[in-house]
Amino acid sequence: MSLEWIIKIIAENWPMFLRGAGLTLLIALIGTIIGAVIGLIAGVIRTIPTPERGAKRILLKVINIILSIYIEFFRGTPMIVQAMVIYYGSALAFGIDMNVFAAAIIVVSINTGAYMAEIVRGGIVSVDKGQFEAAHAIGMNHVQTMWNVVLPQVIRNILPATGNQFVINIKDTSVLNVISVTELYFVTKSISGNNFRYFESFFVACLIYFVMTFIVTRILLYMEKKLDGSDNYTLIGNELNEKKLSK
Amino acid sequence: MKEGEERMDKIIDIQHLNKSYGSHEVLRDINFSVNKGEVVTIIGSSGSGKSTLLRCINLLEKANGGQILYHGENILDNKHDVANYRKHLGMVFQQFNLFNNHNVLKNCVVGQVKVLKRSKAEAEKVAMNYLKVVGMDQYINAMPKQLSGGQKQRVAIARALSMEPDVMLFDEPTSALDPEMVGEVLKVMKDLASSGLTMIIVTHEMEFAREVSDRVVFMDKGLIAEEGSSEQIFQHPTQERTREFLKRTLK
Repeated sequence: MSLEWIIKIIAENWPMFLRGAGLTLLIALIGTIIGAVIGLIAGVIRTIPTPERGAKRILLKVINIILSIYIEFFRGTPMIVQAMVIYYGSALAFGIDMNVFAAAIIVVSINTGAYMAEIVRGGIVSVDKGQFEAAHAIGMNHVQTMWNVVLPQVIRNILPATGNQFVINIKDTSVLNVISVTELYFVTKSISGNNFRYFESFFVACLIYFVMTFIVTRILLYMEKKLDGSDNYTLIGNELNEKKLSK
Repeated sequence: MKEGEERMDKIIDIQHLNKSYGSHEVLRDINFSVNKGEVVTIIGSSGSGKSTLLRCINLLEKANGGQILYHGENILDNKHDVANYRKHLGMVFQQFNLFNNHNVLKNCVVGQVKVLKRSKAEAEKVAMNYLKVVGMDQYINAMPKQLSGGQKQRVAIARALSMEPDVMLFDEPTSALDPEMVGEVLKVMKDLASSGLTMIIVTHEMEFAREVSDRVVFMDKGLIAEEGSSEQIFQHPTQERTREFLKRTLK
């Protein structure tokens, strides 16, 4: 009976499943965060208005070309292949024997960064032009405008897409088994290799993946609601105000 | 009219300003100056270049030729520090453009802290002072999306005033408002005008312009067609196109 086997597999291997799931979540989380930071930086650089002349213009052009190549390349190739190239390539080219965990983080981060760069760029472009103009009109430069006015709005706007990316990463870390990262898929493969119960073992993995992505999705929805804040505000009486301000 | 102010400092002096989009000339050889304490309104039909002129003054649009002298210095000179110049000009937009991610108080504070490098406490004090002037001091915790158009515009005025600029620029500040909210914004602006603030106002509110202006500039097809005191322009316009425009807009 399958059900009995499923229970037996869980009972016998739960520490391994747990460790695999933990590693999957950890790689996905760190990868998404670093990827989002890469994406933010790349997105901001790609929306700097081109200076009219001089060395800065050339420098910006060169950086933009490099960023384009990065984005196109990592969006245009499968992560499973990127993992092989980076892990074995680093050993071949630089003689570095890379820790598989570090390799996993690097692959997920730069892959996510390529997608996030486009998401962030879209987020910046969709912020009303008036917000930039108002910030410039009170004398803010590009960095101040971005940091104080535009990016907070961008981050709110790209939160759903970032959550999406996180969910994708939880699932896609499974391809990292090709470089022997002991994440959930790799662990499941070894468990099923021992008991020869492929369906039951992977069914358990399936459930674990689903629970992880489902919980993450709920948490992100909750965060979105929190960020939007309450629809109410309190009117402030004058005396109260002065007290608050004089502190 | 304030006699004897003729020799006062020209804060902004525009000479032979040109602006075109491709082959379409929006501004043609504009010569125009503003003295300290003066309230200048720019009137004219849509597409006459009024807003473009105002946006050229604080460099939101880049003029193609001519000079804009600010206290005698040409700010169109490439070496000029744009951000530093802009902090001396306050701008009020037709669409308010309050920072959506900040509440009312923070909208008026963020520029002071980041650009003028004031301390938070000082900036809040200044902001509260100007929020009181526009009657929005009770709403400091509200987010922009929770305010009506008139309220937003009053906060936007307070935000600009908080930077304590030399000149305030108003780009059709009441054009995006529901009719019943126009009054509250105009009232604030009237109070400011009588307080001695230097103001350049692009507006379609003719009664308001007639009342507050020290000088009225009438623009037509990218040119300054006529310029003079409020009385001159509204009572005795010399140009045919000015007369026609006023006949259309004044009932």
